Amino acid sequence: MEMGNSLAHLSAGIGAGLAVIGGAAGIGRLAAAAMEGSARQPQVLGDIRTTMIIAAALIEGVTLFAEVVCVLLAVKA
Amino acid sequence: MSAVPEPEEGAQKAFDAGEAIFHHIGDSQMLELPFVGEVHLPTLHFGRVALPVTKHVVMMWVACAIIVLLLSLATRRRTVVPKGMQNAMEMIIVFVRDELARRNIPHQGDRFVSYLLSTFVFILICNLLGLVPYGATPTGNIGVTAGLAGVAFLVIQAAGIREHGLVGHFKNLVPHGIPWPLVPIMVIVEFIGMLTKPFALCVRLFANMTGGHVVILSLIMLIFILKTAWVGVVLTVPFALFISGIEILVAFLQAYIFTMLTSLFIGMSVHPQH
Repeated sequence: MEMGNSLAHLSAGIGAGLAVIGGAAGIGRLAAAAMEGSARQPQVLGDIRTTMIIAAALIEGVTLFAEVVCVLLAVKA
Repeated sequence: MSAVPEPEEGAQKAFDAGEAIFHHIGDSQMLELPFVGEVHLPTLHFGRVALPVTKHVVMMWVACAIIVLLLSLATRRRTVVPKGMQNAMEMIIVFVRDELARRNIPHQGDRFVSYLLSTFVFILICNLLGLVPYGATPTGNIGVTAGLAGVAFLVIQAAGIREHGLVGHFKNLVPHGIPWPLVPIMVIVEFIGMLTKPFALCVRLFANMTGGHVVILSLIMLIFILKTAWVGVVLTVPFALFISGIEILVAFLQAYIFTMLTSLFIGMSVHPQH
């Protein structure tokens, strides 16, 4: 079917959006936990901040896997 | 891959945003220099092997030259109490040694400081080169990040094999003290994990570097697609400026994450926890 290209572009767009939903939801929960933890115990703020940034970068790595797949779909034509 | 339909015969070729973005992000053998214009880069031949010199290769050489320049400035007049450029370099070196090598690799951290320091500074300068005019991001090339991740894989395996022997290193993949029906599953899972961890390093660095530049370039292409200057004033310049600022943060962060995860994996293979 000639719809192959349009389907690929459509799926790339939808996939990118879904990947962002997952990543942002996870990192949002992480940031909330970090804020709560540092509010309870301000003296560990530095450690919590470092761990939060590391965990956020790891979660974002997984999100970017999905984005790379979407880009591969989008340039399929 | 075209963003607009083909024009009729004789008309001017329509603007293709995708191709323009790919031209900036991708690698090519044409290098743009400030006053000279476009320069075609040569292809080196070693016997039957042809190595084309590309834009990203030249940028990696520029990064190495910057590192050599900074270190030669730092070590000109060495004092015990550092000041000036020596102080700045020592800050980075002490950071990598204390926070990354010694914290993650117990007992043997000092042995890996030179490798981790090289990785950190090289990735950092490569990431930042994409943000200056006429610069390109070498780490936005999947080949470069695959090479960096491949070397990290070799260092992790070599560290484990040196410490525990060839058989011992692979026996350490499976933690001690788990019930024997789980061992086959753990072997498969840990073996796949051993391969996917460097792969994740590669793709994380590549996607972070390329993604940021694609967003900035898409905002700029918006001006050409919509053909008005107002979208540039209202939308493109503020957003692109904001995202460029985030790109600087991402450059530092991704260099730190790559080096931190490599040191973590080296520590896990040298000193497996039970």
